[in-house]
This record gives sequence, C-alpha cells and structure tokens, in this order.
Amino acid sequence: MRFAMAIDTKKCVGCADCVVACQTENEVPIGYCREWIVEVNDGTYPQLEMEIRSERCNHCTNSPCVRCCPTGASHYDYGGIVLVTPHKCIGCGACISSCPYDARYPHPKGYVDKCTFCIHRVKEGLSPACVAVCPTKCLYFGDTDDPRSEISQVLKRRKFKRLIPEAGTDPNLYFLI
Amino acid sequence: MREELIVSGRMNPMVDPTLHIWHWQIPLYLFVGGVAAGILFFAALYYIMGREKEYPAAVKWAPFLTPFLLVVGLGALFLDLNHKAYFWQLYLTLRLESPMSWGAWTLMVITPLSVIWIATWMKELKPGWNWRFAFLNRWETWFIRYRTALAWVMLISAVILGVYTGILLSAFNARPLWNTSILGPLFLASSFSTGAAVIMLMSKNHSERILFSRIDLMMIGIELFLIIHMFMGFLASTQVQIDAAHMFLGGPYTEVFWIFVVILGLLLPAALEILELLGYKIPILITASLVLIGGLFLRFIMVYAGQASRYLY
Repeated sequence: MRFAMAIDTKKCVGCADCVVACQTENEVPIGYCREWIVEVNDGTYPQLEMEIRSERCNHCTNSPCVRCCPTGASHYDYGGIVLVTPHKCIGCGACISSCPYDARYPHPKGYVDKCTFCIHRVKEGLSPACVAVCPTKCLYFGDTDDPRSEISQVLKRRKFKRLIPEAGTDPNLYFLI
Repeated sequence: MREELIVSGRMNPMVDPTLHIWHWQIPLYLFVGGVAAGILFFAALYYIMGREKEYPAAVKWAPFLTPFLLVVGLGALFLDLNHKAYFWQLYLTLRLESPMSWGAWTLMVITPLSVIWIATWMKELKPGWNWRFAFLNRWETWFIRYRTALAWVMLISAVILGVYTGILLSAFNARPLWNTSILGPLFLASSFSTGAAVIMLMSKNHSERILFSRIDLMMIGIELFLIIHMFMGFLASTQVQIDAAHMFLGGPYTEVFWIFVVILGLLLPAALEILELLGYKIPILITASLVLIGGLFLRFIMVYAGQASRYLY
C-alpha cells in the first residue's frame, strides 16, 4: 500500500479551503499550518501563465526527515505515511532542516508537527479533510499500488510533475499539469 | 518574470520566510565540541607516541578544559531542543543513518572519557592529591594501567566527534550549502586547528609551542585548500549549489566570511605563525585568539547561511 495525493493545478482556484479544513480537523495551533497554497505567476503581461498548487508534506518514499531523526520519532506508518510520534520527539529540529519542502514546523508544545494525510480518517476509510472539503474536487487521494484506485487512474491519464525530485526524496504528491 | 508566492499566508514560526530553527546553540556547540575533539586528539596522540614528558600541555594540561567545553556544548544542545523533557529518547536508540544520533552517543562516550583522562593525571600534576574514597583510588590505578587503551579509544572518538560536527550539517540535502562532503573534513581540520591553538595558549614550553604552531599552520593550509575546493565544487554543481556559493561570492555572507573567517581567522594567524617559526617574537595570545575566533565564526556562518540556502521550485 502506498498512499499518495494528486493535485489538479488546472482545477485548483486557491481558495485555501483545504488549509482551513486541515487546521480545524487537526486542531493546528493558531498561526501555524500544515498545508498551504502556492501561486506561481509566470511571464509578463499580456503573456501570463498562472499555476496554483495546494501543497503539504510529500510523504516521501525516501524521506530525509525519517533518515535524520535521532530518536526514531519520525517514521513510516500505515501505507507509507510519514508520521511523528510526539512522545519520542525531542524537538531537535533535524527533520525540519532536512525537509526540502519546509513541510514541518515546531509545535508550540515542543514536538515537531506536520501533515499526517489525516491518518485517523484514512484508517476509517474516509479521505483526508483537505480532500473531503475541496469545492472544485481538485484533490485525489488514494493508493498508487492499487491500479484500480482513482488516483492511479488519474495518474495514468494525465501529465503530472513532482516537486524537487532532484532532492532524491521520491515524493508522493503529484501535481497534474 | 516568474514569481512564486505562498498565498495562504503560511508563516510557521522558525520556518518562514526562511528557515531559522537553529540559533546560537548549535554553532556554539559545534565550536566547543570541535575544540574539545582537537585537544583530546592531540592528548591521546602524543601519549600514544610516548611524548607526554615533552608535551605536558597537550597531554596533561589542556585536557582539563575539555569536560567543561563538552558540558557547555551539551548544555547548548539541550537548550536547542524544543521538547526538552524528552531528551532521554536520544539514548533509547542508536540510529546509524542519523548523524545526530551517533553524535549524541559519541558525546556520551567522550565526555566521561575526558573526565577519566584528567583524573588519571591529577596526582602527577597536583602532588598530595587524594581521592578521598578507596574505590576511587583503586579505579585510578586501574585506569593508569590501561591508559594506552584509554588513549586509543579517546583518539578514535575525538576524530568521530570532530568529523561528526561537519557531517551533521552535510547530511541535510535540503540545504544545498550544507550538502557537501567537504564539510566533515573542513570542520575536522578546524577542530584540530582550534585545539592546537588552545594547547599553544596553555603551553609554557618553547618546543611544544613551536610544534603546535607548525601543526596549526598545516591545519590552516588544509582548511584553505578545503574552502577553495568547496567553492569550486559548488560552482561546478547544480543551480541550487551555485546559488549557495554566491551567498559567499557577492551575497549577504561575503564580507563576514572572507574577512572574519578567511583573513582574520586563517591568513593572518598563518602569517603570524610563519613569522614565529622564522624566529620573530609574536605574542601567542594574538595568534591563538585569532584562530579560535575564526573557528567560531566559521561555525556560526555555516549554520546560519546554510539555513538560508534552499531549493526553489
């Protein structure tokens, strides 16, 4: 099993509903966020291009954060989801420094926090909060090891890119372009 | 024109707008850990070579500083943690993939070793010293008997400590400035150089000072070579590493790096050491302080600049 997410940059309008849903679902402290929207503006008027991406932890298959963690608090969980065990985390910041996507942050309680792909929902067969609320249905979540899953079908059909694959992390967020 | 904006207002403390998760604690620790590694390396080396009579400052006196340096370093590391009450989790596991894990274990080995090392010299350096408890006296005799073995373990763990301070940073491929294997040898050379500077300061014997001036000069030569090599490597590498090099070649760290690290921390002390070896009288305090300040600046600049260097996508 290999959980992944595909983000349709052609459909995303950057409303940040996913960001707020995540903050609400996961009780993210005020002033922090586990996911965010990036807007890329390319070219000069009138030849302009715009890309909007909903970004979060890439739950990399070769995660530098899991490798760098001195206590094993950062680990691979169910379906390859990268998680932090708060009571094992010493808050040294090694994983934060090691993440090329800056997807992690120090929680005010001391441990390091990040996107969990809403593992508590996924284990119950639900989709992550961000996917569930997306008004344009531009987020696809599922198992890429299962060729019949919606995400596998979408990735077969559409062109996609991944962010900084050259960092060697083998990320699992696919941006449909 | 291309601009990338985070439009959802992400402003995670210590991560945005640029990473600043590590402050003064980490570079301070890298520096004092390096100095301690340098001192203990030379102490073990010259003891193994049987030169403890000729070089008393290196083998016996300077190691007295190392437990304090290591404790300051450990204290700084502890202050750096955000989840301090759980620090003991470090010592429930050994993760070979994580430099921070084996660094923590190395510190756990070398700190008591440094205490034992100086304890075995107490009676010799302070005649009339008594350990008060019989079992301590028994331990002392035992450790003095196996001092050579102790020196070997100390030699190896000092090298690991010195190298690890660099590898800790170079393991982060997300920060292009750190992601170079030169950093391990560079920090090791710097820790030998700063360790030699402390020994020079503490030495009262001319031949020992001359020896450590020579060693220091050699280490400075190696550091300069490695720094040039590092920038050559960066400039011949990918765009993110070219950008990282430009932080030092016209970017925000240019002046502070070339003035404080290269000129004041390496070239000037090297010139003073050459003059000293030629027979001129140079106050050792000036040379040694310049080397130490240069080493401290090197750690600070690398840690801060590294956090500002990143991939852009």
